[in-house]
Amino acid sequence: MLKYTLKRLVNAFVVLFIITTATWFLMQLLPGSPIQNSEKLTPEQEAQVAEQYNLDEPLPVQYALYMSGLLRGDLGDSYQFGGRSVTGIILERLPVSIFLGTQAIIVGLVVGLFLGIVSALKQNSIWDSGAAFLAVLGVSVPDFVLAPLAQYWLGLKLGIFPIAFFESWWHSVLPSLVLATVVAAVIATFTRTEMLEVLGQDYVTLAKAKGLSRLAVVLRHVLRNSMIPLVTIMLPLTAALVTGVLIVETVFSIPGLGEQFVRSIFEKDFPIIMGTTILFSVFFVASYLLQDILYGIIDPRIRVAGNRE
Amino acid sequence: MATVNGEAILSVDDLRISFSTYAGEVQAVRGATFDLRRGETLAIVGESGSGKSVAARSIMRLNPESNTIVRGGEIIFEGEDLLKLSEKRMLDIRGPKIAMVFQDPMTSLDPTMRVGRQIIESLKQHLGMSGRQAAERAAELLELVGIPHAEARLKQYPHQFSGGMRQRVVIAIALACDPQVLIADEPTTALDVTIQAQILELLRELQERLGMSIVLITHDLGVVASTAHRIAVMYGGKIIETGTVREIFYTPQMPYTWGLLASIPLPTADRSQDLIPIPGTPPDATDPPKGCPFAARCPYAMRICEDEVPGYTTFSDEHRAACWLHHQMAPNVERPARITGAK
Ligand SMILES: Nc1ncnc2c1ncn2[C@@H]1O[C@H](COP(=O)(O)OP(=O)(O)OP(=O)(O)O)[C@@H](O)[C@H]1O
Ligand SMILES: [Mg+2]
Repeated sequence: MLKYTLKRLVNAFVVLFIITTATWFLMQLLPGSPIQNSEKLTPEQEAQVAEQYNLDEPLPVQYALYMSGLLRGDLGDSYQFGGRSVTGIILERLPVSIFLGTQAIIVGLVVGLFLGIVSALKQNSIWDSGAAFLAVLGVSVPDFVLAPLAQYWLGLKLGIFPIAFFESWWHSVLPSLVLATVVAAVIATFTRTEMLEVLGQDYVTLAKAKGLSRLAVVLRHVLRNSMIPLVTIMLPLTAALVTGVLIVETVFSIPGLGEQFVRSIFEKDFPIIMGTTILFSVFFVASYLLQDILYGIIDPRIRVAGNRE
Repeated sequence: MATVNGEAILSVDDLRISFSTYAGEVQAVRGATFDLRRGETLAIVGESGSGKSVAARSIMRLNPESNTIVRGGEIIFEGEDLLKLSEKRMLDIRGPKIAMVFQDPMTSLDPTMRVGRQIIESLKQHLGMSGRQAAERAAELLELVGIPHAEARLKQYPHQFSGGMRQRVVIAIALACDPQVLIADEPTTALDVTIQAQILELLRELQERLGMSIVLITHDLGVVASTAHRIAVMYGGKIIETGTVREIFYTPQMPYTWGLLASIPLPTADRSQDLIPIPGTPPDATDPPKGCPFAARCPYAMRICEDEVPGYTTFSDEHRAACWLHHQMAPNVERPARITGAK
């Protein structure tokens, strides 16, 4: 198990290195440069700024400088905000995004599981249709459509929720709901399919043949077995959520990392783009690892296979 | 093996079960009548698709609720029609009264639950045992079905068992609450030949020790010779011939049974010559024939066979068959030699 974990860790670092490098070079392909955007600077000032941020060095040197900083845990300084450190900005902005994301996941998970389970157990009932409707809505209507719609109807027209900014918990409800829709939709659809699949398995028939009540069969045998594959969609779901956070924070003007990231792209604030990308990547890679570990905990077949290594 | 003459513990009378599907109504069982006597093993034999499993699951009411239609008939157990019992009452039948063993031991056990818990679950539910009592009983059960190191084995997961061992676990689960009737639906089909023999031997031994009545479902007549007391041959959702093992093997009365017997491999003979599969395919359950279900494949079929369902002709106390060849006006047909010569 230790060897296995170590191998996974090494893999993770290789993946992170590749993502970092690729992003760094891709970023250089963005049209324009961070400084040329601002017309107010004199050529001397430009040169001075360029030197301050090492932008006058050849690309390989810039890359080497960045990577060596990274190894020391230094993400560099932002081109805006009077050169504040990227780490500082991320630390300031991250909690808001985490809060939104977590809230969305919890709501999405609870609603999605509930709808998925009920619609599998009561096939073709009103719950089933409701879940199907939500699933279509959540999967096919993108966040950048859903968010303004929610703002307009629930915010402006009905006046239930504030439509922007982040001043109280109440402000976080609407954006979280928008984010949660996708999560709930994906989880509901997935749970329903898995449950129906498991309900048709021989071991479920055997459990019924033991004289267990319907509830006991579902709780002890169906749920656990349908939840195992759920672990495998955690990752794509998390990915969807991160992109969702970028959009939703921008639409709702929420001072989270997502909004900052989108803005830093327009501003060509390279250190922020890099820092955020690296953070997102670490997040993905970590959820991959977590997924493997979770899988092992829920599914004894894998646990044992891992132990043998 | 001696015939067990005794009262019926389970009587299935004119059972008709259909499923509604997109392709139409699948008439899986179309009037099956048989009974199971106390302490006997009744083998239900027939080709794939003849309705054996559906009939068996009907007894336990385990066919999918969503699309099963009970078209008629009754299943009498302890004076009550199982088809009419409430779902709640059925919970007390399944397990302690009637238990079932399924075809594929690789998929019959919950892969995420320790084997011990899967046995204990039943004990707690029906016998109200405490955790410790149940664990002890579970270990006893594993030993009973021939699994050594029971204590340790209880803590393992199904994937740590071989196919044969898993089927023993499934049998242990079935036996947990001392059922009066055990329905084994092709319990050895998915296993190697040597393991098959072991499992059949185990069932026979258990029956002697515990005195259960067993319904043994199989598509392989070879399996039943040494295991069953009586045989019911099923085809196209009907029981077309039934009798003692002796009668079915030595004096079969219906061409379908002849065909089944001819397709048993003989260990002594040259196999390539002896194995004669029945030509043709079983009838379509969505559009079953109106006469004898076997007419389309029967080399001796007469006009009437296609038009009318034959009634039963009785040959002995136990032996009867549904075939027009036994009508007084039918021509005399000799059984093929391969059958008469069969051991
Ligand atoms: N739930 C169901 N829905 C629709 N049709 C079904 C269902 N269960 C069984 N059938 C159909 O009923 C017929 C009888 O099936 P059954 O499983 O009883 O056959 P069997 O005699 O057990 O065959 P095998 O040897 O393959 O197990 C088949 O045509 C099958 O397709
Ligand atoms: Mg079957």
